[in-house]
Amino acid sequence: MAFTIAALRTALRHLTTPLILDDYTSQIDDLWSARELRGRIEHISRVAEDTVTLHIRTGWGVPRTFRAGQHIGLGVQIDGRWRWRSYSLTGTPNQNKAIYTITVREVRDGTVSHHLIAAATVGTPVRISAPSGEFHLPTPVPQRLIFLSAGSGITPIMAMIRSLRLGEPGAADTTVAHIHLERSPERLAFAEELQRRSADPRYHLDLRYTGDTGRPDIGDLADAAMVASEREGVEEAPHVFACGPSAMLDAAAAAFRERGVEETFHREQFSLDRQHTTEGGTISFGTEHVTSVSVEADGATTILEAGESAGLDLAYGCRMGVCSTCTIPLLDGSARDLRTGEILEPGQRIRACSSVAAGDCRIAYAAGTTVPTTAGSHYEPSAEHRPWAAGSGAGAGAESAAETETAAATESVAATATPTTTPTKDEK
Amino acid sequence: MAIDTIRAYSHLSDDDIEEIGRRLDAIREEVENDLGSRDVAYIKGLIRSQRFLELAGRICVAAAPNPAVRAVGTSALSLSKILENLEIGHNVSHGQWDWMNDPEIHSSTWEWDNACPSDQWKHSHNHVHHTYTNILGMDNDVGYGVLRVTRDRQWKPFNAFQPLINITLASLFQWAVAFYDVNLGLYFTKRQTWEETKPAFMAVVRKARRQVLRDYLLWPGIAAVLHPKNPGAAFRSAAGAILLANLARNLWAYAVIFCGHFPDETETFTKQQWKEESHAEWYLRQMLGSANFHGGKILTILSGNLNYQIEHHLFPDIPSNRLAGMGAKVKELAKEFDLPYNVDSFPRQFLNVQRTLLKLTLPNRFLAATGDNAPEVRTDRAFVSTGVERELYVGERAGHRSGLRTGLRKLAAHRPGVGESLRFAVRALRGGAGVGKKAAQ
Repeated sequence: MAFTIAALRTALRHLTTPLILDDYTSQIDDLWSARELRGRIEHISRVAEDTVTLHIRTGWGVPRTFRAGQHIGLGVQIDGRWRWRSYSLTGTPNQNKAIYTITVREVRDGTVSHHLIAAATVGTPVRISAPSGEFHLPTPVPQRLIFLSAGSGITPIMAMIRSLRLGEPGAADTTVAHIHLERSPERLAFAEELQRRSADPRYHLDLRYTGDTGRPDIGDLADAAMVASEREGVEEAPHVFACGPSAMLDAAAAAFRERGVEETFHREQFSLDRQHTTEGGTISFGTEHVTSVSVEADGATTILEAGESAGLDLAYGCRMGVCSTCTIPLLDGSARDLRTGEILEPGQRIRACSSVAAGDCRIAYAAGTTVPTTAGSHYEPSAEHRPWAAGSGAGAGAESAAETETAAATESVAATATPTTTPTKDEK
Repeated sequence: MAIDTIRAYSHLSDDDIEEIGRRLDAIREEVENDLGSRDVAYIKGLIRSQRFLELAGRICVAAAPNPAVRAVGTSALSLSKILENLEIGHNVSHGQWDWMNDPEIHSSTWEWDNACPSDQWKHSHNHVHHTYTNILGMDNDVGYGVLRVTRDRQWKPFNAFQPLINITLASLFQWAVAFYDVNLGLYFTKRQTWEETKPAFMAVVRKARRQVLRDYLLWPGIAAVLHPKNPGAAFRSAAGAILLANLARNLWAYAVIFCGHFPDETETFTKQQWKEESHAEWYLRQMLGSANFHGGKILTILSGNLNYQIEHHLFPDIPSNRLAGMGAKVKELAKEFDLPYNVDSFPRQFLNVQRTLLKLTLPNRFLAATGDNAPEVRTDRAFVSTGVERELYVGERAGHRSGLRTGLRKLAAHRPGVGESLRFAVRALRGGAGVGKKAAQ
């Protein structure tokens, strides 16, 4: 099928130039185009307070293979504008089904999550960026596993639990300790499924409601997890997968390091560290020879922000270095990728939203009109569009603002740990 | 000699000018804040209609069981090409739809159905023309380097062929646009080396090759396959139909675009004006240098909303479907400050332009009006030499204004009429150069 479409596309390209076949077929069915990866909401179910699970039918060219724990970029059109967030895929890959599953928790003041929960209906078109991320299980599956999740940080972990088929016939041969922190039972997604799977003697689920007990000591959690994941005859250190607020992740990383787990500690983090940035410089937007506009920017202002402050309408997506919508050629000079610290060289296409000037640099820009005005003619993205402005980091599958919320919740809670599994709401 | 300083010419006080700038900013901001799903529905509906029309047109032309179907196909294809170039391609390339953050309808990715590569168009049009609008020597759109559209420009012998050049330009408009940014003129006059010219030139050649292959080889080829009895004739008919559609688009685009800046009473400016221009004056230059024409819904869409050329030039990156609404406010603003708002019917604006082009085929010594007060060009000296200035004043007095709009109406009355102009031209012709020159002086 895919091959046929590809062959057809090549044959027809010359007949449809400057467009491609997809530009016509997508007029019949929005999913029939691979120019931008597309999807359509096919089923919505409420799985906990403020949380829905969405089944998304995927369009042409959307990969069906991914690793459990990876995330996708999801774009929705709100008031005419496409806005993007990252969500972990919670389903397992299936070659025969063009379906992605994500679970979304509503975030205070989160436009996208609010839209997905309150406004999106079956049939709502979405855009997708291909699954990516290093936060996934290694192959072969390690014999000892520790999952540490908080709030909506459970979503990538859920995908891993499902892919391990815990509690099902043919489950992977591994011992799993899973500690999950949730503010209250009402907020727990996947409650019924977690309980069902925890019947598996190799899956040790440790659910902690922090709403009235406060934040448990991370060292105690690490100890409990190390013990629970122990396995006779297995000497090697467990692989730890942690997803939640970055403060928790930092503490967990330190705690597990003390217990000899360092190489195999995996954390999900989308946030950018702006501390170790470079000197900044003059960013010139234009072609090789003609400069449309140039901006002075410090080492903490991204090229996207700098361009916008000068009134340019640059393409952008997630604004956190994930979706590559903002990819733009670096013509001259150098830039630094805030996510990796890597110095980028001329000729590379860089992510404007997560790169800063490292000295003077020149960015390819030929779009739109160059109007020599001082009028505020452009669209200032609101704060919620700049996830990192609000807090420091984000758990996978959560909007970054969620993190602030979850972090606050975790912080305000007492130290007593009550291991319990008393789900009050059924997952659909 | 065109306008040196809008500040003086406009008969507005400095405060007036700043106020106009603020008001236009506010008009823009109001629309920007209101953009949303309705606008998305407009552009997406338009794109959908255009693509169906195009496909239907091409299939009719290729399958063409009879000439009637071919005629329908040709019309559909013409219409689709007009929609694509004017209301979709031109406007998307301006970044009018960038606010949607949709990479499929974005100025950085849109490639239009025209031999001109979009990135070159964005430079020559969005950057050069829209920034330096109507400034002699800076905006190449003033005559496109081949037409004499103001008597300020020196007459050269090739201008004697202006009617012929005009018709050729209109018919081949796409190709003129295609090579516009390559600046072949600079190359042939040795002001640009081949090394500098080559990359842009080759980019046009590459795109044009794809366009020509599609229109004149592949689709006619399909027609030939579909008519096995007489493939040669089917090929020729289909190629002819597509050629006709391209021609229709060329002529229409030419007509709309020429009605934007060349009708009577639009202004041209000198580099002097540009040198110290404020944001508000930039607005005024766009306003005085552009002309609208009336249009119902259909004419408006077919014109790519460029019948709101004034508004398009004031707000080049505002979605075109909003220009009509803004137009009412801009017109009101112009009235309040006694500024001209150049609008007339499409035929009248078009004939105006053609008359100017025809007139300027002749050297200035055959032209009765001087460069100070002619239909297509004026200077503020004309107000003094005609005495009109005495009836005008700067700013508002007791709730009244007598500024540029009033002044221009009076200036027009001082111009030689059609009969007088003809007699002048004939006299100049009979009397030879000497008489004409004297009169011109």
